[in-house]
Amino acid sequence: MGEAPEMTTAPDAAGFRDPATGELRQETMIINMGPQHPSTHGVLRLVLELDGETVIRCKPVVGYLHTGIEKNTEYRTWMQGVTYVTRADYLSPFFNELAYCLGVERLLGVEAPERATLIRILVCELNRITSHLVWLATSGLELGAVSVMLYGFREREVIMEIFEAITGLRMNHAYIRIGGVVMDLPEEGPGKIRRLLDLLPRRIDEYETLLHDNPIWRERNEGVGVLTSERALALGVTGPALRATGIGADLRKDIPYCGYESFDFDVPVRTEGDAYARYVVRLAEMRESLKIARQALERIEETPGPVMIDDPKVGWPPRLSVGPDGIGNDPEYLRHIMEESMEALIHHFKMVTQGVEVPAGEVFSAVESPRGELGYLIVSDGGHRPYRVKIRDPSFVNLQALPALIEGYLVADTVASVASLDPVLGGVDR
Amino acid sequence: MNVDGLARKIGERVPDVLVARGEVTAVVEREQLVETLAWLRDQPDVALDFLSSVTATHWPDVDPAFWVDYELRSFPHKHRARVKVGLSEGNAHLSSVTPLFPTAEWHERETFDFYGIVFDGHPDLTRILLPDDWEGYPLRKDESLGGVPTWFHGATMPPVDERGMA
Repeated sequence: MGEAPEMTTAPDAAGFRDPATGELRQETMIINMGPQHPSTHGVLRLVLELDGETVIRCKPVVGYLHTGIEKNTEYRTWMQGVTYVTRADYLSPFFNELAYCLGVERLLGVEAPERATLIRILVCELNRITSHLVWLATSGLELGAVSVMLYGFREREVIMEIFEAITGLRMNHAYIRIGGVVMDLPEEGPGKIRRLLDLLPRRIDEYETLLHDNPIWRERNEGVGVLTSERALALGVTGPALRATGIGADLRKDIPYCGYESFDFDVPVRTEGDAYARYVVRLAEMRESLKIARQALERIEETPGPVMIDDPKVGWPPRLSVGPDGIGNDPEYLRHIMEESMEALIHHFKMVTQGVEVPAGEVFSAVESPRGELGYLIVSDGGHRPYRVKIRDPSFVNLQALPALIEGYLVADTVASVASLDPVLGGVDR
Repeated sequence: MNVDGLARKIGERVPDVLVARGEVTAVVEREQLVETLAWLRDQPDVALDFLSSVTATHWPDVDPAFWVDYELRSFPHKHRARVKVGLSEGNAHLSSVTPLFPTAEWHERETFDFYGIVFDGHPDLTRILLPDDWEGYPLRKDESLGGVPTWFHGATMPPVDERGMA
């Protein structure tokens, strides 16, 4: 055996060494992740500065999905505003509608009928489950758990079918309207929801069996993207990401709306603050939402009555129901305005073209969306259109914490961290 | 503490406090903003320790033309309040509150992006949702909306505020 060859400076075609000193270059690299990247949940761009495999700096760049929803609402009637805001955070349309309508109702000084409020709670809690299911499915996919993706979307599909039966649409429902909801539950609705409520607990158990003690899932999530409670508060983080740091803040408990204080449910909290804690919190939240949905359904069945406020100046006049073609209609009302009453026709025309007149003032109406505090600052100058609608979207604010989550971790953990924050770019960019 | 109690407590520090629709609004001068927010945050029985949102509204032809709006929430006491600052048209700048609430960074960037209000001392006051080379501040009420070009013999769809709407 001869001597080991001396380590010499190899021809440096790749430019690893400084030509003047011959030293290895110690440079960081700046790379772009996104805006079109399968793991950025939409069009999010991250500018990452890397030292080898370690992220040393991250700057999120947002705005690629900006559609001017806030500005648009200023040039539409109050009622039309619902159809815009439902498109902001498209994974939680009912929450956007609810926060907007609660705000306008507070400006008007009216309240939706009891049955409508219960239906609102029911659809919102089911919506929370679909939103968490999309989160579970997509983060599963991104971390290589493809079966979780399939199962998550399978269950979501069942709930989407229920939404379709109730509202006529799978997304962007514009179902919650100022003064109530646009139509009552269909006849087959409660039965379908009951079957769903029986099915889902078993399915959530299944996800737990697949993931809870799965070594790969734990390895990829435990200790990744750790956020302390102080940092979370300073950065404005709310929702499951905050509750995973040990702060049990939930608007449904803290500043209740829609009578949430009369429902029996818990707010799941973990203290680790890592991606795994966020997973545990979200899974537990789905079970709590099922509890609330079950109670809401029972109370809906005991509470007959209108689902739209009985105030001709606020309520939408027709009593729609979803037809076989999936479009809501009210033949009786149509006959009334077209054949019987000129006044009713004029009133209908006024409601459609001008809509509600809202007294001047401003309110901040906040609800607990699947991603945290969803707030609407609504300003009226006393006219038929909003003067200003500002959407405080939790995804937008939570995304600010992303650098705190991924700086100092490996590039591969970036994917897990972004997924665990669950941003929806439709809400971020509005 | 109920809304009126909170308003009384804040009124000890801020002369102009308003209660409407169950919401407390404190109106402060630009110079007092940072001190007031710090006081509201650190006073144990007010403890508005969480900044939910920052935004503005534009009222052209009146003074103040801009109202900057800070939505606060208290985690210990489970109540909310709003702080507002009025700014005149030609002098639309005020101190950044990022030293008090780091979360304000993106909120203030968004307000700058939409209204052109300058937050002095902000670490990185650049556009956030609009492209960097965008001209104008689109959520100002006097910003022109622009029509929609169509393919039909060069015809255009007029801007939405010129279509004879309600």
